[in-house]
Amino acid sequence: MNLLARLTGGVPARSLWGLGLLFAFLLVAPALLGKYGLSVLILVLYFAYVGQAWNIMMGFAGQLSLGHALYAGLGGYIAAGLFFHYGIGPWAGVFVAVLAASAAGSVVGYLGFRFSLAGVYFALLTIAFSEFTRIAFDHWAWAGGSGGLFLKVDAGSDMLNLRGGPLLFYYVILALAVGAFILCRALLESRLGRYWLAIREDPEAAQAVGVPVLRCKMIAIVISAALTALAGVWNAFYYNNLFPETAFAMGRSIEFTLAPIIGGLGTLFGPIVGAVVLTGLGEIFTDLSEVFHVSGLKQIFYGLALLVIVMYRPAGVWPWIAERFGFGEKRQ
Amino acid sequence: MTADFLLSLAQAITKGLLTGMVYGLMALGLSVIFGVMRVVNFAHGEIMVVGMYLAWMGFEYLQVSPMLSLPLIALLFFGAGYALQRAVISPFIGRPEHQQFLLLLAIAILLVNACLVIAGPDSRGVQMDSQFDSYELGPFVFDAVRVHAALTAVVIAGLLWLFFTRTRTGKSIRAAADNNLGALVVGLDVRRLYAFTFGVGAACVGAAGALMITIIPVTPFLAAEYTLLAFVIVIVGGLGSMTGALAGGLLIGVSEAVAGLLLQPSLKSMVSFGILILVLLLRPQGLFGKSGP
Repeated sequence: MNLLARLTGGVPARSLWGLGLLFAFLLVAPALLGKYGLSVLILVLYFAYVGQAWNIMMGFAGQLSLGHALYAGLGGYIAAGLFFHYGIGPWAGVFVAVLAASAAGSVVGYLGFRFSLAGVYFALLTIAFSEFTRIAFDHWAWAGGSGGLFLKVDAGSDMLNLRGGPLLFYYVILALAVGAFILCRALLESRLGRYWLAIREDPEAAQAVGVPVLRCKMIAIVISAALTALAGVWNAFYYNNLFPETAFAMGRSIEFTLAPIIGGLGTLFGPIVGAVVLTGLGEIFTDLSEVFHVSGLKQIFYGLALLVIVMYRPAGVWPWIAERFGFGEKRQ
Repeated sequence: MTADFLLSLAQAITKGLLTGMVYGLMALGLSVIFGVMRVVNFAHGEIMVVGMYLAWMGFEYLQVSPMLSLPLIALLFFGAGYALQRAVISPFIGRPEHQQFLLLLAIAILLVNACLVIAGPDSRGVQMDSQFDSYELGPFVFDAVRVHAALTAVVIAGLLWLFFTRTRTGKSIRAAADNNLGALVVGLDVRRLYAFTFGVGAACVGAAGALMITIIPVTPFLAAEYTLLAFVIVIVGGLGSMTGALAGGLLIGVSEAVAGLLLQPSLKSMVSFGILILVLLLRPQGLFGKSGP
């Protein structure tokens, strides 16, 4: 069986057609959408991508991380810092960034898994490391301290240094999102993926039948951290600024978790559907609250929407859609 | 080491102990809720901040001292917590952690932004005459408000202890925490007990909020910090242990005050998170916890 057949095996034809149409639309979308539409679509793809990365840890391997801002922050800061201080472009810096985030991920993972922390306890460990790093960066002059690190905004297009307009960033994040989607599908279909699901469902049973639990969990956190670091690099060059207060904030980590949880944990489309729903709601609520001119109103709408979704679709939106319209993907 | 330095160190430690008692009361609420229902209250700091705002409003608009509005706030929070548990949280007990997390996160977003809409982003504090009072004991000077807040926190913790050891409802709650099925078998109304527990936890943190407003001013942005702080304290002390929550509060209060003195005030929570990481790795059940997680 060749790779393509393996990746598409068992998927209903109508899902494949839908996927193809979606991809074709995304490829030509910048020509169809205005500036505003493109910026919204960029956000959707960004959250779909980081959601996919986080989903590997929580949705596949069952390890709750609420500190993924650590990897995105490290990745962004390292690539931006190398460019800012030494003029090393992000296409080279990204390797350092990914290595550093993977190293951070393996430290957090090894400590957590070695001392068998699970559930809430593991989640708190990830928060603690992320907060610890946030305060360290607040006091680190090389990274700009609490005053932040700023990249020069460059209107001209310089692809080699990832400098350019929204169009460039759109296609980069599209490539990342598509790549992560295919990678996740391949991982789920692999032996490793089956091991992860076994660990998620029952770690003790998995251990008993000979699944190398510690190694599998370590691979999950390293892949997830590395992918998240890429998002951090992209984010740093897209927005041109970094602050420890936001880059390593717990709020940032929570943002990463929302799309997969709302969309459907452990599914491939969950993070994508969740990102569409959340970004869509966010934009609608921004427009709505602008009518009233009250700060905080947008977040209240947002909170209410989250409350309604988690109360009525606790397993996520996608599994429900998939079942209703016969797209076939269930939570594995 | 000079005598001056030792004195300011001792001063910082006592200040930390006094603030730590209020931290302890706040964390007690989190610990009670987790210990009984196994639900992690991710909206804990937000509830605390609502308590601080209510006490501030009572002072600002009705000229009622936070100490006097405290019982009322505690009562109100008990009722609100009871209702919240019955109406919203109850179906989520026993569900996967990430679903509980999302539910309480939604509640947290609603609470903190309601505060933002009503009171605005500026920091709000109470100005009382007693804030300038102090007690002197030899070379030591204690802020009167801190002493009052700490003593009140001790009294409330004592009342809570009496509730859990002497009253029928308190004992039933502990029974339900110990053995859910057993409690159901002997005919306890576990759903009502859970609602009662969430009410008690909310009352604790509401009272802690009323005390805290006498020490520092409140902004909506404090909420997330307090949620994290409460987590750090209960994990360090032992999740589900009442003694642990109080001891953890004292420990973190002191470590913050001493780090503020020896390092920089902005580094104080780094020390707390350092302690948290060490405790998670070396003694994950916490200093006073009985069994591992």
